[in-house]
Amino acid sequence: MSHAEVVADVTGSGRAVGVDDAPLPTRWRGAWGRLLRSELRLVFGRRRNIALLSGLASVPLLLGIVLFVTRDSALAGQGPGFVGRVTGNGLFLVIAALVMCLPFLLPLTIGIASGEAIAGEASSGTLRYLLAVPVSRTRLLAVKAAATMIFVAAAVLAIALVALGTGAAFFGLTDVTLLSGTTVPLADGVLRVAGVAAYVAMSLTGLVAVGLYFSTLTEVPVGAMAATVIVAIVSAVLDTLPQLAAIHPGLLTHHWLDFAEFLRVQVDWSVLSQGLFVQAAWVAIFGALAWSRFVTADVSS
Amino acid sequence: MTSAPAVAPAAVVAPAVDVDPATLAVRTEGLTKRFRSGQVAVDGIALFVPRGSVYGFLGPNGSGKTTTIRMLLGLVRPTSGVAWLLGEPMPDAGGSVLPRVGALVEGPAFHPYLGGRANLARLDASDATADPRSSRRRSDEALERVGLTAAATKPYRQYSLGMKQRLGLAAALLRPRELLVLDEPTNGLDPQGTREVRILIRELADAGTTVLVSSHLLTEIDQVCSHLGIMGRGRLLVQGERSALIERGAARLTVSTSPDHVGAVAGVLAGLGIADVLVDDAALHGLLGTVAPERVAAAIVHAGLDLIGLDVRRPSLEELFVELTGEGFDVAR
Repeated sequence: MSHAEVVADVTGSGRAVGVDDAPLPTRWRGAWGRLLRSELRLVFGRRRNIALLSGLASVPLLLGIVLFVTRDSALAGQGPGFVGRVTGNGLFLVIAALVMCLPFLLPLTIGIASGEAIAGEASSGTLRYLLAVPVSRTRLLAVKAAATMIFVAAAVLAIALVALGTGAAFFGLTDVTLLSGTTVPLADGVLRVAGVAAYVAMSLTGLVAVGLYFSTLTEVPVGAMAATVIVAIVSAVLDTLPQLAAIHPGLLTHHWLDFAEFLRVQVDWSVLSQGLFVQAAWVAIFGALAWSRFVTADVSS
Repeated sequence: MTSAPAVAPAAVVAPAVDVDPATLAVRTEGLTKRFRSGQVAVDGIALFVPRGSVYGFLGPNGSGKTTTIRMLLGLVRPTSGVAWLLGEPMPDAGGSVLPRVGALVEGPAFHPYLGGRANLARLDASDATADPRSSRRRSDEALERVGLTAAATKPYRQYSLGMKQRLGLAAALLRPRELLVLDEPTNGLDPQGTREVRILIRELADAGTTVLVSSHLLTEIDQVCSHLGIMGRGRLLVQGERSALIERGAARLTVSTSPDHVGAVAGVLAGLGIADVLVDDAALHGLLGTVAPERVAAAIVHAGLDLIGLDVRRPSLEELFVELTGEGFDVAR
């Protein structure tokens, strides 16, 4: 009995079953949405991530309590940024809280979320099973980026909403006095503060791209997280050195505080779009790096 | 006698020219992976897994089985060589081929805080070609098939090793597959669990699914395999039908006679063309070759010599495995 004979025998039955049971796979419409929903369930269903959001949301609560307790003391009205204005109008607590979270807590959030996105799946071994399903690597990276960005936006939203509620409860919401001293109605003020939160969320996209790139380089999520936070801190440090003024406009963190534009009578959209343009450039560069790395990487974990 | 080429690979490996590529579920040519460290994990192997077969992919730990499987599934890029799954080139055709392939790669891996069913739902949701309407039903059927229905909502981290392995199998069975690639599916299972996996493989094969199953323990999967391939140090040492491999083993002949007739019997054996005759007291050993044992007996008796005993022994697959891979428990590298 030769080998070839047996091969031919087996093939007859094997093929017939293949044709009957498994028609060639076709793509279902809405597959992207299905994967993104699954990814979001994974991200928001994770207790650690909910704890992270709660921790961020407690920042404006604590800040509000401190300012409320000390409002009649000699220390009232002191502090960085917009803190001094909070007792006069609770709406400013939103801005003050975001300013407090921007330098470290929000980059840390990005580091954790992006580190988990690829490196976390690699370290737990689930990445190899996703890719064997199969999920195209481009599609997976795109969905991971979208889910990470949504999580970061949710973090900003959580801070803003809790700050709004806390500010309203402790200090009340009134018409808003802008930087120039002009006063605008409360509805206009709320809209402007919403613009601040949206700008803050969008100016974090560059760091998300950097974090995802680090996440494709390693199987150690903590390593990717640390590297991401370090990039944000180094960028902020470089931004303080006058000798490096030439590169300041291109720095990842340089335009983060430009949201103050929303508090001018005439919002200068060119300033805001310049900040967002810098973010888009960082997203383009590090998105391309992450993509080229991820689609060619050997998955051996 | 222990030299590896006792079974020449070329003699058993099906020659490429004879095989219609469409009849193969898995085929590779010169598949090679050299890691950046310079280590050659897989060295120019040519796998032939016929459709409908249960192919036992054997070899010691570190012999290159898992790296080969990772290349088949498009997880690792070959340094050189090509691989086809179900007739389509990998990794280029992964999007259309892999939905028809169920895989267990280097042990199960799932999200520890999700239950078994939620983990399967996660995998199914990432499959763009899976019908979302039947997702729940298929998950439950897969869990039932591996006996995990009762643990469907229990977090994965609380699963025992055997349960984790079963969930891995359930993921491979989420939808009808034409090919299953199971890397060490019996790892961590008790004898009863190992037996269940064998029965499962047999059922799937009977239903027409091709199964490529790897193991470093020959005895765990040998019985269900129709074909075997043995890896050692990155090379495919031998592959072919299981029955043909057993036949290939060089049969050894032992003849016992009276001390006075030893010399004469040796002459008779040499006359029959029996090679490597060794005399040990009143017993003679030799390689039987193509000579029928009854002819040996008749020739000795016909020459008027004493024939006290005649024994023919073929090496078991286990012995063949050890002979080819050259080791028992040593890690190859």
